[in-house]
Amino acid sequence: MSNLSYVRTDMLPEQAPPAGQSGIALWLRTNLFSGWVNSVVTVVVLVLLYKVLADILPWFWNGIWVGDSLTECRAIRDERGLESAACFSVIRERWSQLLFGFYPKHLYWRAILALVLLFVAISPILFDRVPRKLFMFTAVYPFLLVFLIWGGSIWGPLMAMAGFGVGYLAYKVIATQNALLGLIAAFILPVIWWIFIAGPLAGAIHSVVPIGWEAVESKFISGFMISVIIGVSGIALSLPLGIVLALGRQSDMFIVRVMCIGFIEFVRGVPLITLLFVAQLLLNYFLPKGTNFDIIVRVMIMVTLFSAAYMAETIRGGLAALPRGQYEAGDSLGLNYWQAQQLIIMPQALKISIPSIVGIFIGLFKDTTLVAFISISDILAFTNLIRANTAWNGIYWELFIFVAFVFWICCFSMSRYSMYLERKLQTDHH
Amino acid sequence: MTTTTDPQTDSFHLSQLLYDSRYRSMTIQVVALIGFVSLVAWLVSNTIVNLEALGKNFSFGFLGQRSGYDINQRLISYSSDSNHFTAAAVGLLNTLLVAFLGCILATVIGVTAGVLRLSRNWITAKIMTVYIESFRNIPVLLWILAFNAVMTEGFPSPRDFKGDNATASMLFNDSVAVTNRGIFAPLPIWENGYQIVVIVFLLSIAAIWAFGRYAKKRQELTGDILPVFWIKLAILVLPVLIAYFVLGRPIGLEYPELKGFGFKGGLNIRRSLIVLWLALSFYTGAFIAENVRAGILAISKGQSEAAHALGINPKNTMSLVVLPQALRVIIPPLISQYLNLTKNSSLAIAVGYMDVRSTLGGITLNQTGRELECMLLLMGIYLLISLAISGAMNVYNKSTQLAER
Amino acid sequence: MNKSVIFGVLTVAGLAAGTASAATLDDVKARGKLNCGVTTGLAGFASPDANGNWEGFDVDVCRAVATAVFGDPNAVDFTPLTSATRFSALASGEVDLLSRITTWTFSRDVDLKFEFAGIAFYDGQGFLVPKELGVSSAKDLDGATVCIQTGTTTELNLADYFRTNKMEYEPVPIETNAEGQQQYLAGACDVYTTDSSALAATRATFENPDEHVVLPEIISKEPLGPLVRHGDNQWGDIVRWTLNAMITAEELGVTSANVGELAGGTDNPEINRLLGTDGNLGEQLGLSADWAKNIISSVGNYGESFARNVGSETPIGIARGLNGLWTEGGLQYSPPFR
Repeated sequence: MSNLSYVRTDMLPEQAPPAGQSGIALWLRTNLFSGWVNSVVTVVVLVLLYKVLADILPWFWNGIWVGDSLTECRAIRDERGLESAACFSVIRERWSQLLFGFYPKHLYWRAILALVLLFVAISPILFDRVPRKLFMFTAVYPFLLVFLIWGGSIWGPLMAMAGFGVGYLAYKVIATQNALLGLIAAFILPVIWWIFIAGPLAGAIHSVVPIGWEAVESKFISGFMISVIIGVSGIALSLPLGIVLALGRQSDMFIVRVMCIGFIEFVRGVPLITLLFVAQLLLNYFLPKGTNFDIIVRVMIMVTLFSAAYMAETIRGGLAALPRGQYEAGDSLGLNYWQAQQLIIMPQALKISIPSIVGIFIGLFKDTTLVAFISISDILAFTNLIRANTAWNGIYWELFIFVAFVFWICCFSMSRYSMYLERKLQTDHH
Repeated sequence: MTTTTDPQTDSFHLSQLLYDSRYRSMTIQVVALIGFVSLVAWLVSNTIVNLEALGKNFSFGFLGQRSGYDINQRLISYSSDSNHFTAAAVGLLNTLLVAFLGCILATVIGVTAGVLRLSRNWITAKIMTVYIESFRNIPVLLWILAFNAVMTEGFPSPRDFKGDNATASMLFNDSVAVTNRGIFAPLPIWENGYQIVVIVFLLSIAAIWAFGRYAKKRQELTGDILPVFWIKLAILVLPVLIAYFVLGRPIGLEYPELKGFGFKGGLNIRRSLIVLWLALSFYTGAFIAENVRAGILAISKGQSEAAHALGINPKNTMSLVVLPQALRVIIPPLISQYLNLTKNSSLAIAVGYMDVRSTLGGITLNQTGRELECMLLLMGIYLLISLAISGAMNVYNKSTQLAER
Repeated sequence: MNKSVIFGVLTVAGLAAGTASAATLDDVKARGKLNCGVTTGLAGFASPDANGNWEGFDVDVCRAVATAVFGDPNAVDFTPLTSATRFSALASGEVDLLSRITTWTFSRDVDLKFEFAGIAFYDGQGFLVPKELGVSSAKDLDGATVCIQTGTTTELNLADYFRTNKMEYEPVPIETNAEGQQQYLAGACDVYTTDSSALAATRATFENPDEHVVLPEIISKEPLGPLVRHGDNQWGDIVRWTLNAMITAEELGVTSANVGELAGGTDNPEINRLLGTDGNLGEQLGLSADWAKNIISSVGNYGESFARNVGSETPIGIARGLNGLWTEGGLQYSPPFR
């Protein structure tokens, strides 16, 4: 046999793909110029994009950061021979005011600390890896927030927190005698505690052991800070109310169901701004004569009621998404309604609802800009206040862009988080 | 805590109201009802006491008083001599107008952006992503203000049209002027014989509907697909045009003219309406786009592949296979977007659009000091609008859901 | 359970916020601060600087009242209020005093149950137009597009004025002064109408103020003044006489520069009564004897405040005109301190 082979035994060296089939050229062809329709679209879009950017970018890059008034900005612009230039000096001078409003400057650190701790407090909810013990901190956080932001005596928040202890103790002690009485006591005693005892007691203890720091009144809490506070407290407070409403809406009890549906549909049917006007104009009519609520608390109540209705619908969606078998499993284990809800249904329903709850939060957070209509100086209202100063009269876009940027950063990162969560929750279906 | 088996005793104890599951739900409901009624009673009695203390009464009589202020955009006749009720009605119609226009445009924008975000053209898809993410993550109030600033500063003032060295000129053969006060366009004038043209137009619409049904039936029976769009367009346009010219052009046009301080005559679409309309539409459109994208992605790829295998062309695959199924997913969130748009239209005052919030809940409230009555009316009106929209859309939703087995 | 928790916490928060009682002075003293309602920003009248300190003519009235009560011009918290929310804020006790370019009208005084403490600023509604329009009188404005702040008396005045003169116009409602300025400058309206002081303030900040002119017609009377709730006469008196003290001080030549010296005693018995070296006027108001002296030394007299905030030396540049003293041809006239 001669050493004749018809098949090549050694591999040919790999060759580069022909030009136009790799790298940028391929990418361009498949993504931008596949077919004439696509090519035309690409060219038109590029031309439009250039036209828009050619106007905006120079204005932005030539931005002037020095000077103390718009007039100075204009002078510098003319001096530099620029055709158009943004006047970012207003941001440099007023950024802290836009973010913190009238909050005392030397106390900014308290607001920042509250924000940092907020992330710590919500981390066990947001991420699985965080130690579960942090939930203890989450439970304490609302009171800590009040103490950090509003300041004053530490005994106020502590006494408010003690109300929960009172309820728990009452239940533990009395429930051993009579379960029902225990439940009622756990319900009523804390309310009595909060209304009649907590305030005077906190005052009394404070006069003996004064622990506290500089108090800040609500009306100084403004700027972007107010959006964060109203948004976060609105969502946190509306969660329990939303769960109650969602369960009520699904309940077999006719009157309870009708009341829940009525509330949810009413709140969802009217714009938030009318509810805020109710807080501003009408709450004084509805409450006993002489009651004078803090406007921020009034707004918080309304925002809580508002988001509770949306929250209820979201949780209802979560409940509906649970397989029927989960309910049946609860029944077959002999659990009663509340036990089944607490141990089986709610943990799962809430977990699938988290992405939508984040969605509600983003919506609510954006809607907090409406408080400007009822004389609360949020970040958008502050753009007006700054313009009212003769130095900055006539400045618009720079302030708008700053506000938009701040909101965008917050909302975009939250929506990305909720997407990440959605993907993570989806894994068990595929 | 509670027993799961019901005690079989004939005697009735009070404790049974709580422990017996036959009575317990009754008890809870009664307690809830009593609580609710007493809450309402408490609020009402507080209100009565407070009103008395302020020396005010609860009455809607102020609605009959002379309003004293002018409204620029009025769909029904109104002047500063009209009463507050008419002012509220003008505002309500303005709200409905912008909500109606907004819902249509938002749907168009949303569907376009949602489909284009899935486009194979990289740059188009990216631009749509930028559009959607920026509109979804920035408050609508800021968008309204930004659109307003763009239109105010970006378009010429009527003054720029004047004089020999005018810097701006009218479009379309001097018939349309785009200014920062709004768009001035020709207004149809009805002359003798216009009724016939209108009747022909209405008949054409009826014919289109009938033809649509016929075409569908024919397609189901024979599988032939007629060029439905072009035939419908012909039915819509041709008879009207013929009638119009045969009757000697009974519908004329009144053109806007530069006169005095600005443009006079013709149709004036004010800036406030345009700005509010566009801002609400683009904002809501971004949300609808996400719904549409989710809806399309929810239809499994197998559906369109099956359609291709059956030889259905790509256009018909979209319109006959993918979209009808996607609609079932898209419509429920679409309803809530429409509701949101309508409710967001209450921000109209930010650009000076006189909607019902600005008239009844704004100027009237300010001038008469009737906060309670005005706010109650306002909330009632919005509630009715919301219920009407969700009711109508739910009916439509049901009709599409029937396709499901 | 959860519901009750929320309401419980809110109840605590709400009750802690306190209640409004009849004696405003006692409330203010107990609080240690005066709550004063001002505009949401109008150059020369009320605006915060970079440090959050408020300044302006309206602000000075608040500071004067705070000085009268506490002897400290900084013992005051400012609440910016929109025109839509100002009255409910005052009625509900959220603010003790409203010093917010508010026009004294019959219905606000009688129907809305407020008490105007006097007239701090005589104003009237005017028109601002670009010179290039060639308009010299408001009577030439037939068919004009007019920018107007909504929720104010100017809206009604405008409707009445055009109606009585049988002219047509197109109103463009705007929310804030800043917005009105933007629209006007871009030519979205031909005319901007509001109180002529605000027009002057707005015009002053234009890039080219000379290209715009305020028309001679003043179509309404706009007496602006601080107001308080009906029914607390002591508090009303304090605000009224604080304003009067500033006006009287100018009339008597008492300024922040010489008040220390004059407080030592002068030959003029009225100065002595005003500054508390003679008589017990302060005590009668429930204040300290040197209340007016404190006002003048920390805020200045009426003329000083005017000149500092809106006067012809400031960018706003409003002439005294009607706001001059009665002895100088103006309308500012304080009842005697006796």
